[in-house]
Formats: sequence, C-alpha cells, structure tokens
Amino acid sequence: MTQRHSLRLADVCLSLSQRPLFAPLDVSIAAGEIVTVMGESGSGKSSLLNFICGTLPKDMAAAGKVLLDEQDISHLTPEQRQVGILFQDDLLFPHLSVAENLAFGLPRSIRGQQRWEQVSAALNRAGLTGLGRRDPATLSGGQRARAALMRTLLSQPRCLLLDEPFSKLDTALRERIRRFVFEHARQAALPTLLVSHDPEDAAAAGGQVVHLHPTLPQDSETI
Amino acid sequence: MAGALRQLTPRSPQSAPLDAFRRSLQRLDWAPGITLLLFLVPISVGLLGTWLPAFGYLPAVGREALSLEPWRQLFAYPGVSSAIRVSLLSGLLGTGVAAVSVVLFVATCHHRPIFRVIKTLLSPLLAIPHAALAIGLAFLLAPSGLGMRLLSPWATGFERPPDLALMQDPWGLALALGLAIKEAPFLLLMTLGALSQSQAEARLNAARSLGYGPFIAWLKVVLPAIYPKLRLPLYAVLAYSLSVVDMAIILGPTVPPSLAVLVFRLFSDPDLSLRLVAAAGATLQLGIVLGALLTLYALERLIALTARSWLSGGQRSAVERSAPAVAGAAVSLTTLLGYASILLLILWSFAWRWSFPNLLPETWSLRSWSNHLPDAGAAALTTLTIGAASATSAVALALACLEHEARANVRMTTAALWLLYLPLLVPQIAFLFGFQVFLSYFALDGMLLSVIWAHLLFCLPYAFLALSEPFRRLDPRFARIGACLGASPTRVFWRVKLPLLLRPMLIALAVCFAVSVAQYLPTLFAGAGRSMTLTTEAVALSAGANRRTLAVFAVLQAALPVVVFTASLAIPALLYRNRRAMRSGMSA
Amino acid sequence: MQRLSVVGLAMATLVAFGSSAGSADQPWDETLAAAKGQTVYWNAWGGDERINAYIDWVAEELEDRYGVRVVHVKLSDTAEAVSRVLAEKASGRDSDGSVDLIWINGENFATMKENGLLYGPFAEALPNFALVDVDGKPTTKIDFTVPTDGLESPWGMAKINFIYDSARTERTPGSIAGFLDWAAANEGRFSYPAPPDFIGSTFLKQVLIEVAEDADILQSPVTDDAQFDAVTAPLWNYLDRLHPSLWRDGESFPASGPALRQLLDDGEVDIAISFHPSEASSLIASGQLPDSARIFVLDNGTIGNTHFVAIPFNASAKAGAQVLANFLLSPEAQARKQNPEHWGDDTVLAMGKLSAEQRSLFEALPKGAATLSPDELGPTLLEPHPSWMTRIETAWLERYGN
Repeated sequence: MTQRHSLRLADVCLSLSQRPLFAPLDVSIAAGEIVTVMGESGSGKSSLLNFICGTLPKDMAAAGKVLLDEQDISHLTPEQRQVGILFQDDLLFPHLSVAENLAFGLPRSIRGQQRWEQVSAALNRAGLTGLGRRDPATLSGGQRARAALMRTLLSQPRCLLLDEPFSKLDTALRERIRRFVFEHARQAALPTLLVSHDPEDAAAAGGQVVHLHPTLPQDSETI
Repeated sequence: MAGALRQLTPRSPQSAPLDAFRRSLQRLDWAPGITLLLFLVPISVGLLGTWLPAFGYLPAVGREALSLEPWRQLFAYPGVSSAIRVSLLSGLLGTGVAAVSVVLFVATCHHRPIFRVIKTLLSPLLAIPHAALAIGLAFLLAPSGLGMRLLSPWATGFERPPDLALMQDPWGLALALGLAIKEAPFLLLMTLGALSQSQAEARLNAARSLGYGPFIAWLKVVLPAIYPKLRLPLYAVLAYSLSVVDMAIILGPTVPPSLAVLVFRLFSDPDLSLRLVAAAGATLQLGIVLGALLTLYALERLIALTARSWLSGGQRSAVERSAPAVAGAAVSLTTLLGYASILLLILWSFAWRWSFPNLLPETWSLRSWSNHLPDAGAAALTTLTIGAASATSAVALALACLEHEARANVRMTTAALWLLYLPLLVPQIAFLFGFQVFLSYFALDGMLLSVIWAHLLFCLPYAFLALSEPFRRLDPRFARIGACLGASPTRVFWRVKLPLLLRPMLIALAVCFAVSVAQYLPTLFAGAGRSMTLTTEAVALSAGANRRTLAVFAVLQAALPVVVFTASLAIPALLYRNRRAMRSGMSA
Repeated sequence: MQRLSVVGLAMATLVAFGSSAGSADQPWDETLAAAKGQTVYWNAWGGDERINAYIDWVAEELEDRYGVRVVHVKLSDTAEAVSRVLAEKASGRDSDGSVDLIWINGENFATMKENGLLYGPFAEALPNFALVDVDGKPTTKIDFTVPTDGLESPWGMAKINFIYDSARTERTPGSIAGFLDWAAANEGRFSYPAPPDFIGSTFLKQVLIEVAEDADILQSPVTDDAQFDAVTAPLWNYLDRLHPSLWRDGESFPASGPALRQLLDDGEVDIAISFHPSEASSLIASGQLPDSARIFVLDNGTIGNTHFVAIPFNASAKAGAQVLANFLLSPEAQARKQNPEHWGDDTVLAMGKLSAEQRSLFEALPKGAATLSPDELGPTLLEPHPSWMTRIETAWLERYGN
C-alpha cells in the first residue's frame, strides 16, 4: 500500500524578530529518500520542522513554501497536513495503553475490528507482539521508540520528520533504532527529513546532507 | 486512500467572513469574553446598585435626590464605630496571625519532619466550610465548651461555666482566631505551590553553602522570590477576613456586631429607609477593604525598599533556635484547634445530655440524626446540586479560556488576571444587594440558576488558580504530536489534554465545590432565601438552636466537600492504577 | 417613619388596584381548586427545630390533602422576608413574588400594612376562622394595637414566661422589681436577648409596662420625642441598675431566645425567657433542658400576644397560601401545635365553638411536667403600640449597643 510521495521546501526562510535564522533553503526529497539537516543548536532546525508541521510559534515569521506531493500545504492546519513527526522523546501518551496509543494514530475512517487488526499487525512488525495492553511507562526505551514510530506510520503520513529522535538513546540502542526507523521509512516510501547534529546519523541516512548556517553570530536561543 | 479524504480543497474567497467566524469559533474566542461577562456583570451592576442608594438614590422608597444623608445616618447609627473597630481588629489580626505563622513555619521548619505532618494535616481543613469550623470552634471556646471542661473543675474550681466572654467577645478575638485557623491552611497551600515553582531548594542550598542558616536563608533568598505569587492569596484572605459575615455571626460579638454583619442586618431591617444606610455601610465596607489592601501594598513597597541593604548585608543567622519553636507551636496549635472543632461537631451530633463539666456526654443518641436526616438531606441535596453545577461550569469556563490561550497562542494579561480575581477582593456585602435588585428586576432572584451564577463568581478564580499552572506546564509536544497524527484540536483536547490533566481538573472541581458549599451571603441574596443549603441552615441554626441539630448540619456541611475531595484524589488513582507515569501527577 | 408613610401611601394606592382585582371573596371550592398544584413559599422564622418539625408536618399534610406543596423558607429574622417583598416592589415585581406566606406579627405587620405590602382582606373569609376565639382572645384581631383588618390570619397565642432549673435555683422573682434584687443576689446569672430579637424586645416591654407611671399611654402611638422620653425614663433607669448584675456585666447579650435557653442548659445563666407556656416541657422532652426545668410567671401578669400568617400583595400562590392558613386554623393542626411533645404553642380557637370530638383533641393533650395551668399563668398584659417598640429598640441600641 505504498504510494509515491514527495516533499519540497521551496526557498524556505524563518526569521525571528525580522532576523533570518538561516539562508533560504531549497530542498527536494523523493519518496523513500532521507535528507539530513545538520546544524548547531539555535540554528533553527526544530523551527524548520515546526514550520512544516504547521506549528510554528507566532513570534516567528516564515517565507517560502512547503510542497507536499507538489501541493502547497502552508494554509492547512497541522492535522490536515498528514505530516508525521518523531521527537527526541517518544511522547507516547502516558494515559493510554500501548495499543491505544497506536490506535490514536489510525485515521478515523478505519473502523471497528479493522483498527485492532492494524494495530496488532503494527505491533508485530515492531517486535512488540503481546505488549499492546501494557502501560507505555513499563516498556524499555527501545520498545517505546519503536511504538512511537508505529503510531506515526499508522496515521498514514505523506512524509516523515525526525527531530533528533535518537539523541537520547544510548549508543548500542541508537544504532538499532536508527536502522529500524530508516528501514520502515524506506519501506513506506516516505520522503524523510532528519534533523540532527550527529554526523553518524547523517552517514547512516545515506542521503543528501544540508547544513544550516546561522546568518548571524548566534546570541539567542530558539525553541 | 483514506488520506485523500483529509485533503481540503482550497476555499473560495466569498466564504471568507464565514471562514473567519468558523476559525474564531474553533479558537474558542468567545471563552474569555463570556467568562469576564459572567462575573463583571454581577460585580459592576451590584456595586452600582449599592452605590446609588448609598448616595440617596433608591426610587423604590421614593428617594431620587442624591444626598449625603445616608452617610450621616450611618455614622450616627448606634455602634457603627465599634463595629468598624471589631471588623478591623478581627480581620487584621486573623490575617496577620495566619500569614506570619505560615511564613515563619515554612521558613523555619521546611527541613524538619514536623513539616510533612502539618502539611498533610492542614490540607483537609482547607475543605471545611467556614461556618462548620466556626460552629465547632464555638463549641470548643464557649465558657461551657470543651476547653473549659478540660480544665474544670480540677484546675479552675469552676463547677459551672464561668461568666467570661471567651467567644463572641466584644473585641472580636474569637473571630480572629477562627479566621486564622481557617485561612492558615489556604496560605500554606499557596506558599507550597509558589515554592514548587521557584527552585526554592536550589536557592536555599546555594545560600546555605554560603554559610547562611536555614531560617535566614529562606527569608533572604526564597521569600522575595515567592512573595509575588503570595500577594494575591494574601490580599484575598485580608479582604475576606475584613468583611466575613457567616463566621462573624457565629463567633463575633452580637452588640454591636462587626461592620459586615451590621450592614447585613440593616439590609434586612423592616424600616425601609435603613436600606440606604445599609448601602452606605456596604460602601464603607468596600472602602475599608480597599484601604487595607492599599496599606498592605504600601507596606510591601516600604519593606522591599528598606530590606535591600539587609538582604545583602551578610547576616547569616537570626533566632535560628526560637523562631522554629514559636512558628511550629503556632501552626500546630491552629491545626489542633481546627481538628478539635470538627471532632466536637461529631460528638455533639451524637450527644443527648452533655452538661458541664463532663468531658463526654452523659447520654448518647442517634435521635438528632434520625430526626434531621430528612431536612438535612434535602439541604444537602440542594448544596450538592448548586455546588456541582457551579464547580462544573467554573472548571469548564476556565478550561475553555486556557484552551483558547493555547489555540490562539495568547497569554492573559496581568490586568485581566487581577480582574479575574476581583470577586475575591471585593467584599460580598458591598455588591450583593445591588446584584439582588438586578436579579429581581428580571424576576431571576430565587431561581436556582441565579444562585449557581452567584456561586460561579466565586468559583471561577479558584478554578483558574488550580488549573492554569498545570495546563500551561503540560508538555506542548503532546498536543503537537496529536495534531501531526491527524487529530483535530477538539480531539486533542478531549483525548489527550483532558485525560492528562484529569488529576488537576478533578482537584479544581473539588476546590470549586468546596468554595460553593461554603457560600453564605450569595446564597441568601441571589436565592431570595429560597435556596436552603447546609450553610444557610447551619448559620440560621447557630443563632441558638439545639446544639445537637446544629452539629448534624455542620457535620454534613463539612463532610460534603471532604467526600468530594477524597473522590477527586481517588478517581485518577483508580483510573490510572496501571499507568505509572500518571501516578505522580503530571509527566510534563 | 414620617418619611416612610408618604411612600407607603403611594404604595398602598398602587396595591389597592392589584388586590381588588384578585379578590379574596371567591368561593372556597374555587380557592381549593386554584391551590392544587401550587407551591407555597412559607417564610417563617427557622430558629427553633421543634417549630421547624411542626412546619414540616404541616407541609406533608397539605401535600396529601390538598395537593399543595409547602416550602419552609427559614428566616433568622422575619424582617428579611419583609425586606424581600419590599425589594420586589421596588423593582416593580407586582406578581410572581418570591414570598407566599409570612409568619408575622407586631412591628413587621404594622410595616407591611402601612406600606401596602399585604394581600387581602382574606383572613375572616377562611372557613376555619369561625372557630377563632375572637372575643376571649381579642389579640386575634388586634395585633399590637393595630387592627388586623383581615390582612393576617391568627395562628397561635404566646405569653411571656420564665424558665429555670428547679434543681439549681430555689427562689425566683415575682415581679420586674424583684428581678433587680434577684440579679443583684445572683451576679451574672440573668440576661435577655439583644433587641430587636422579639424575646428581648418583649422583655423590655414587660419592664416598661411594670415601671411606667401610666401604662395605658402605651396603647396609643407615640406622639413625640418628649412624650417618649418621659414615659420611658423609668425603663432606662431600671436597665441602668439591672445591667451591671447581668451575664457578661450587661456588656454583651445573647443573640436570641434559643441562645438564652442554651445558656440556661449550659448553666451559664439561671433564668431564660420563653414566649410559649409549654415550651419548657417540650424542651425537656427533646433533651434540651434537664428534667428539673420549671417555669414561673410574674404576679401582675405578663405580656401575651397572637402571632399570625399573612400573604404578600405579589405572592405567586395566593390560593395555596390561603389553603395553608386555613389548615393552620383547623382543630387538628391547632391541637398538635399545642402538644408540648411537638411545639407547645397555645391555640387561638375557642373551645366553646368546637364540636365535642374536636374538643377531645385538646383535652387529650399531655400537659408536661413544666407546664402551668391557665389559671397559674396569671393575667395577660396587652402589647403596646408598635411605634413604642421601634423607638425602644433604637433607643436601646443607642444606649447599650456601643
């Protein structure tokens, strides 16, 4: 059930109080391709992802367009964009079970028994068979990271954004999870944008690497 | 593809106004406006409806010319100056004792074991309505009360209760004590809340590593940091204490009573011309409260100015030994008195004959309960209905406003915040008469809905106090990831934010419920006397009716909020018993 | 008061139209039919639980018999209801008022009557009014010297008496003058509720009647300040001498009659004042006084009066309120009220006007250990005109209320 999606950032530039954070960015990401954006903290990496998601804070201004499947999504609300994202923390909802977390991601159009079948299949794929009823807090770090990815994939995104999702994992685990995420991203043929300051991530991604250069000597912390 | 369904076609420009409307609806733009309206209308209309008669304008009794006559009559009214004295003395003393003992206690005992004990013990007292506590305290303090019984006759030689003004004393000292007992838990809780938000521990450690004793370190580095957060609760306590009616009826002097009680009596005098005098008195009460608040503010500035050099002056220890003892004793004593009062209520409700100086009743009986369960039950039901309705609406409005803040990405201005707390700062007696006239003009007085509205007024500030911090502390990434998973803001709110905030939300509900249960004047004025709650019944009975009956009503009045509080703690614990991250409060 | 009466006149004219339209002389069956399904908000002093329990019983009976729901709005002071009706009139609410029936007498009645706040006349058209002892108990038609004019319906008879604990106190005073000596001999063991509490106010009137040079003057309204000062001078003189020997040195006073009675039970004072001759027996039965409690009266008689129920001009359930007032006058309701096990409030009915069966309801009543027979209760003194009371209350506050 893969579909060829594409993501393009066309002359995107973010600015905080009229000061651009980085030089205009123009990147195209094809289906199954993983592009890495590197930059120091404060360079605007996370804000870039916020901009693509449609959750840019009000005090920041943006120029340029986000084209998803060649269509400008700038006017869409975050929930209409079908942009999947993973953060440093797994952000599994602590009040829901693992399976309920995954089901939260499923579109509403999938109903009844089908929902639980898809959730169960996703758990199997992630090596989490039988853990659906568990409290997410009782899973290991690796299990939680995989569950979080599955939740995102079940929401049928048209692209995937990764906000340093491996930086909090210990070295051994980081390697495995990275491979797991990249495999699934490629399998789903998603255009993927990885934000990181870890060169190893970029190397493992194997795709194009874009460096964000601060336009001004960095003196302020951005979100 | 299911995903295609979620794609929206670009909208035609014609629908722009409709679109803007829909977006505004979606952002909950109405919430702050409606909320402000709901409490600004009663207060502003109420104040105006009180000020006009205060200056001679009350067409209903044929007075249409503005004049200072009501004021002249007010100051000529017997006992007014003593009433003002009683109000000032009891209000300032009650607030002062509560505030100073709490601050000293936290400052000196924060690192001692007694701190946890007192903290745990004081919280339930917060839920006890003022009237119930006052009634219990009266049972304790009266010349025939438990206090004297404990000492008689072995120590005092009294075979009969002595002729001593131990309560309802002409200075209002018993009232001040009642206020201190009731307000100390509130101030302690507020202090703890402020502490948790200001890295108190780190500040203290830093100061102590520089050689400062724990007490002086707390005063020098923690108090200045948390005081801004304590200002509002302190002002609210002061305003309340200066103008309280129900506690003053029970514990305060009778002839003359405190100013608020005197004004309340004047409002219900059959001599209609006294209504104008009462309005002037209510306005005077407002002036006294505003004056006291301004004085406190000036005092703060003065201390802030003069304390600068002291803060950096380098003294590293001060009364490190005696201060903890005094503060610990004061707070322990108020806690003890609070609990003894509640215990006495329970004892009296099961007592039959219990004469002086016996420590326990001679005969016990369930008759008080069985005789009064029907009428007390009916009052409890009314109390429950009003409390549930006003608490739910207050919490719903607060959530709507906070959610609006989140969606529209705005923060409430400081001015709006103070406006919100207006109901806690303006004395009730100063505007409820005007509000009643307004309600009665639209034939709304006496309706349950009006009573709920009047209660809502006083619940809203507490709903915001209890909810805004947890709501804003909630990790915003939960909402963001919810949206990226395709959930609309509405779904994110109901399925993500609300469940995550279940505990603070239920606590907010319980706090608002307790606030509603305790309301006396708003119930009387807005309810035209028709809404009989446990509080109005208990206060009416406290005028001298059978102690056993009074005890039954007071026990129920105290039990209701405590039960709701317990439920608000038990429900999340039960629902999230298998959710580790939800157990210790918020995962934010 | 002078200012008020002008306003009152204007109001009375207004109300006159309203009340003539909803005339009180409709046939009784029509009233009964109209009453069915109505809810009557009965505003009555709620400070005594035995009375409250009696009112609860009335409410149940009325619901069962006539389909009229009765809600007891408990007041701590009847003036609250008076002021509420006034506030409604002020805001132009001439119908659908929040008060349907008020338990009332004396100055509150005078105020309402004077200001045109009452509906009626209705009282004498009530079927059971025929049983009222209007000749033997003239206060059933003259309330504190003010003619009722059918604007209020009699409910019960009250008469001042004093309660003491015979196990603790042997000698009791027999006159107001005797109270001075008694109080001097028993420092701090007597007090009276602070006016305007009606027990406290009535005690002051009792004193005034006994110490005034010519008590008959009190039956007419106060004419002017000079007259008031002259007539009441002996009262203040008496109180100035009495107060130093009172409870709390006469510097504070109990808030109400029940509060005073609680002080008696606690042993803080030795004498309490009551308005109902069988109240003491009733309080023994409910555990609020020791079994040894007894009552005494004064040799020259004590003040007695009648208390009533009245309907405000804008009541929403006027028919229901009349049905309620009529039921309160029924022999059954009156007998239960007189029973010390329930309340102990004397009937307003004439035994001679009752059937044998109805009379037996009263004859069967238990007397109670502390109750005196009608002869033992001594003569009944008439209430002064309300204008005396209002003035005395204000003057008392000015003298002792600081």
